[in-house]
Amino acid sequence: MASYKPVVVPAVPRLGEKITQDTLYWRGYKTPVQIKEFGAVNKIDFSPVSPYNYAVTASSRIHIYGRYSQEPIKTFSRFRDAAYCATYRDDGKLLVAGSEEGSIRLFDMSGRAPLRQFDGHTKAVHVVGFLSDKYRIFSGGDDYSSSLWDIPTATETVSYSEHSDYVRCGCASKLNGDVFITGSYDHTVKVFDARTKSSVMTIEHGHPVESVLLFPSGGLLVSAGGRYVKVWDVLKGGQLLVSLKNHHKTVTCLCLNSSGQRLLSGSLDRHVKIYSTTSYKVVHSFNYATSILSLALSPEDETIVVGMTNGVLNVKHRKPEESKEKSQKKRQPAYRTYVKGRNYMPKQEDFYVSKPGKCVLRKYDKLLKSFQSSKALDAVLEPHIRLYTPEVTVAVMQELNRRGTLRSALAGRDEKQISLLLTFVTRRVIEPRFTPVLVTVADMITDIYQPVVGQSALVDKQFLRLQEAIGREIDYQEELLEVLGMMDALFATLTKKTTTYLEENKSNGLEKTLD
Amino acid sequence: FLLCASGDFVKMYSVGTEELVQLLRGHSDLVTGVRLAPHNPLQLYSSSLDGTIKLWDFTDGILIKTFTVGYKLFALYTVAGCEDLVYVIIPKSGERDTFQLVSVKLTRAAGQDMEAKEVSVVLEGVDVSPKCTAFGREGEYVASVKGVNLQVYFFKRKQLNRFSLRATNKKGGNNLFTCVACHPREDCIATGHADGKIRLWRNFIHNKEYTFSTLHWHHDRVMDLAFSVEGTSLLSGGVESVLVQWHDGSDCKKDFLPRLGSAIEYISISSDGTFYCTSHTDNRITIINSNLRFSRSIQGLIKARDIKTGLVVDPRTKALVLNGEPGHLQFYCLQTDKQLYSLDIVQQEYIHQADLNQADLVRVAFSPEGKWLATVEEREEADLELEMKLWLFDEETQSFKLNTRISMPHEDHITAMCFRDTDELEDESLILVTAGRDCVFKVWMIVEDTDPEAQQSLSWSCDFVGSYHNYQATNCCFSEDGSLLAVSFEETVTVWDSNTWDLKCTFCHPPGKIRNICFGRLTCSKYLIGATDHGFLCCWNLLSCALEWSAHLNTAVLQPDPLSEHIAAVSWLSKESSLFVFKPNEPQPICIRRNLCKDKIQFAAFVPREVPETIGSEKYLWLRRSQLFFLTDTQELLTVSTKPLKERLTLSSKQLAVEESLVTPFSLLLGKHRHQQSQGDTDLGKVVRNHHEQDSPAVKELLHTPAHVLPSASFLCPIFINSLLISKENKSAEEVADEVEMESEAAEDDSDEDNDATEMKQEDTRPVESLGEITRKLSKSEEKELRKIRKMDYSWISAF
Repeated sequence: MASYKPVVVPAVPRLGEKITQDTLYWRGYKTPVQIKEFGAVNKIDFSPVSPYNYAVTASSRIHIYGRYSQEPIKTFSRFRDAAYCATYRDDGKLLVAGSEEGSIRLFDMSGRAPLRQFDGHTKAVHVVGFLSDKYRIFSGGDDYSSSLWDIPTATETVSYSEHSDYVRCGCASKLNGDVFITGSYDHTVKVFDARTKSSVMTIEHGHPVESVLLFPSGGLLVSAGGRYVKVWDVLKGGQLLVSLKNHHKTVTCLCLNSSGQRLLSGSLDRHVKIYSTTSYKVVHSFNYATSILSLALSPEDETIVVGMTNGVLNVKHRKPEESKEKSQKKRQPAYRTYVKGRNYMPKQEDFYVSKPGKCVLRKYDKLLKSFQSSKALDAVLEPHIRLYTPEVTVAVMQELNRRGTLRSALAGRDEKQISLLLTFVTRRVIEPRFTPVLVTVADMITDIYQPVVGQSALVDKQFLRLQEAIGREIDYQEELLEVLGMMDALFATLTKKTTTYLEENKSNGLEKTLD
Repeated sequence: FLLCASGDFVKMYSVGTEELVQLLRGHSDLVTGVRLAPHNPLQLYSSSLDGTIKLWDFTDGILIKTFTVGYKLFALYTVAGCEDLVYVIIPKSGERDTFQLVSVKLTRAAGQDMEAKEVSVVLEGVDVSPKCTAFGREGEYVASVKGVNLQVYFFKRKQLNRFSLRATNKKGGNNLFTCVACHPREDCIATGHADGKIRLWRNFIHNKEYTFSTLHWHHDRVMDLAFSVEGTSLLSGGVESVLVQWHDGSDCKKDFLPRLGSAIEYISISSDGTFYCTSHTDNRITIINSNLRFSRSIQGLIKARDIKTGLVVDPRTKALVLNGEPGHLQFYCLQTDKQLYSLDIVQQEYIHQADLNQADLVRVAFSPEGKWLATVEEREEADLELEMKLWLFDEETQSFKLNTRISMPHEDHITAMCFRDTDELEDESLILVTAGRDCVFKVWMIVEDTDPEAQQSLSWSCDFVGSYHNYQATNCCFSEDGSLLAVSFEETVTVWDSNTWDLKCTFCHPPGKIRNICFGRLTCSKYLIGATDHGFLCCWNLLSCALEWSAHLNTAVLQPDPLSEHIAAVSWLSKESSLFVFKPNEPQPICIRRNLCKDKIQFAAFVPREVPETIGSEKYLWLRRSQLFFLTDTQELLTVSTKPLKERLTLSSKQLAVEESLVTPFSLLLGKHRHQQSQGDTDLGKVVRNHHEQDSPAVKELLHTPAHVLPSASFLCPIFINSLLISKENKSAEEVADEVEMESEAAEDDSDEDNDATEMKQEDTRPVESLGEITRKLSKSEEKELRKIRKMDYSWISAF
């Protein structure tokens, strides 16, 4: 014998993007802070040491921002023309920057005037950086050359002129103090070793390289250029591992998150995409107002800073973790209440008596069980059900309709209740999953309350709104059908020469929509 | 124990284990009443339409006496006071549709068969239903209702009081009496009415000053009433399938036992009051504890309102699967005649109410290994509600678990559904195809969700939608290796490649619309068989894309055997069904069986045998691996059986749905049983079971008797051979094993066999004729004979 079967609330697949762990993680940022810079932000670099200040290179200045400050805490402005690529050293004490006039300047974080100046490049230096041995600087310039500089003596130790176009990006290996990589507009990425006179590896990216990135392990190299982000296996001699094409404009910047599990890429198409470094699939994406030039992520992913072409710096801070201590304050039952009898092992001769599980019915189910249809409908029109789980309300309406008691449940209501019902119907009737049921409901309501129309201004207004909503929906559907017809026509012409059955299909579909 | 009348038998079930303990056979017609004998609680009276009352010792299953009354007996009553008097309802001679209650004096003289001609009329113009007459308080009076009249007859005072109600009262109720019950202690009569009211009549000794009070809960006709043993409470039941217990005859104190499955037909109470028992319209008995707790139920093949799913065989359990209770799928085990389990598909509360459209199950399909089950349910109101559900077999719980729900898979009715048969065990290759009246067929595939956080990794989604010139898709079917899909669109059969979903070729046989299609199997897999509704059976060769042969046959059912090349076609022509079994590679049928039955056969299914049967005859080789079952439109289940000597189609036995039942406690103090008189009135399904192999255990019994106790071979031989010859005559009446009778039987058998040899046709029609009223238990009588032989063996020894 069966017990009462509760109303089945149909689950619908969640529309839109799927909520994964990643979306939750990357959504956990506060609303961004916008800071206006003087020119396009070409480089953002986080200090590797606490308090994780960051240097923003824009126009002819380098601003150092604190973690939460919206005003620069320090400014280096001794550049005649644009400054490029201000980069921290590993200990966060020194900062190096290239410039349009071709000189490279080294700053001490405590001072204001440059500590050293390296002259040698004949054209603008767009990329500079420290090697991981801390005493040397590499640079790449628009004179197609890339050089190594010794900090103490401020002299050029070695210069490579292997690129055949501007050198616009580069990075140093974190493991080997002699290895650095530069990417150039000549579509190549070159790996240099300071101990040799020429490059040790050349990788064809296929597009002007805008950004290169080496994984912390040093084994994988990521290059960005054109619309592509490509991952190369350096240890296998520069074999292409995966090529990602998720942007529809040039990718300008790359960045790894603190754990190294996610790769971020920013592009002129105003998007930042986050890839998983295991599957190389996009797990999340951010949308920005204008084209993105530079991107940086603070240690622990605390802050995302994005620089745009229009000089706006967009800073997002992570929301503080909600403390779970509050819930722990509630006194838990003693441990022994849980354990009581649980650890008893049944003996051979014991007879197991299973306790029937108590089934808890929802309020509307209880009312439906006792055939109180009107009250059941009232129960599901309570604000919290009506607003947050409309599918429950609709499921109960459907069940009432199935029982043939929907009409009597809807009847005999006062002005306020009718207005409430109509509001619900008006709001939800256009949702495709609710439409069949709610159309019946709307039909019945109009039927039942037709004689009293005109007695209450409130109800009349609701009826008009319902009419309006339905009218709008019908117009919308008609438009959609038109679009569908157009698309069918297009597809039909496209697939004319392919298989016969497909053609039939499409023409059938076309006929139907035309009807 | 619980005794109930079922068809020609009285069945005794154990209350504790719900098993069939004893089967009392002997009546040759429908058993209409069962009562425990008032003088001996271990004995039982039963009455039947064949005009006899039989006295049984039901613990041993022995027939003690037979009283021949000579009229059709429609109901039987016993009264505690008078031991040799029973009351029966018989038709009034000379008048149709008029019945009278008479008392029959049963003589106590020795002897097996007796005439009981002492009949005296007690009441005239009673209703034929046994529910409409009841005896009150130690048999002091009898109350009977018919129409809007209540008659009460007092035996002592020989006084007859009549009370009548107006046909309809002011509030539009319907005052027709439906049933009556008498209080066991007081002068009180409870009557049930067609509008759901129950009236309690008191003080009815006086014709004028009678009073009655009304109890009203039921919204529809009260089907049966019963007083508890002490009379403190009254049980009532009706179409709502709720058992209501009224306390002290007051309107406010009542208890309910809801959701009993289907409408309650009869209620009875055990003599010590510990058990209540209800029997239902869907062929089921429910045993209920006296505190209104459901105890257990006895059920066979559940009679559904309408079988829409067809007969499907579960590949896992080899059980037949078809509609059961509303919204449920029943798994019916053919070997044990038991319902294995019932799967709730619709998962909605079922509300018994007239003119309410209920969601019902219309299509069922199993994946080849039985791992997946696809079901389609529909509910038709202003617009159609369709839902397709896919169930995954859960090894842990050993039942199906809902995996995917698809609402509105098609925009119109789904006409056919099938899984692709593949040898591969991987789930990913499973394909489900549904064909709908919305002119498309859809291909559904499993998609695997790679996200580890998702609750379930497998779900189904639509992969391809195909159509053909906007014709309605009517059938679909996969070839044996799963490489081809055939979909019929009205007049045309289209063949599709199941890998690329390209249309390969089309066949048609105008002007008929395609009714059924199927692929040949094994050696005949290059053939496609189609049946059109203009009465043609066509066989197309898939290699040459040409018609191989066609035959003029109005095919209603086309069913391929999954284990062999054979295909069974059932035709329906001028009120009779015929069976043709053929191989697609030759147009000549292997087996033709005309006049299978008079009802239209709706569905057929081949059920694989557990062990291949050894069949001598060429003609029945096709039944070696599997067995063919049919379902007719009156929901009878038939099978084609092979007999060791004479192959024949036999309706081996037929079980009328359980109609009334009563619990007796261990001590078997009291039993009563009634039976619905006319089969025509009842809407109960007749469940036909097959006992196709019943003779073999009996033969075994004989063969297992030790050789040293056997009589001489010359003595045994004729008996043994006679036992193997199946008698055509209905020998239900025979009770005693005496040799003279045996010999005459043997003679009959011989003559019958002659008939057989000459008139095969006649033989075939006979079971059909008997279907309506009489059950033929050919194999049973045979078994009985063998039992007699065994008994005789021992008597022979004792004679020594």
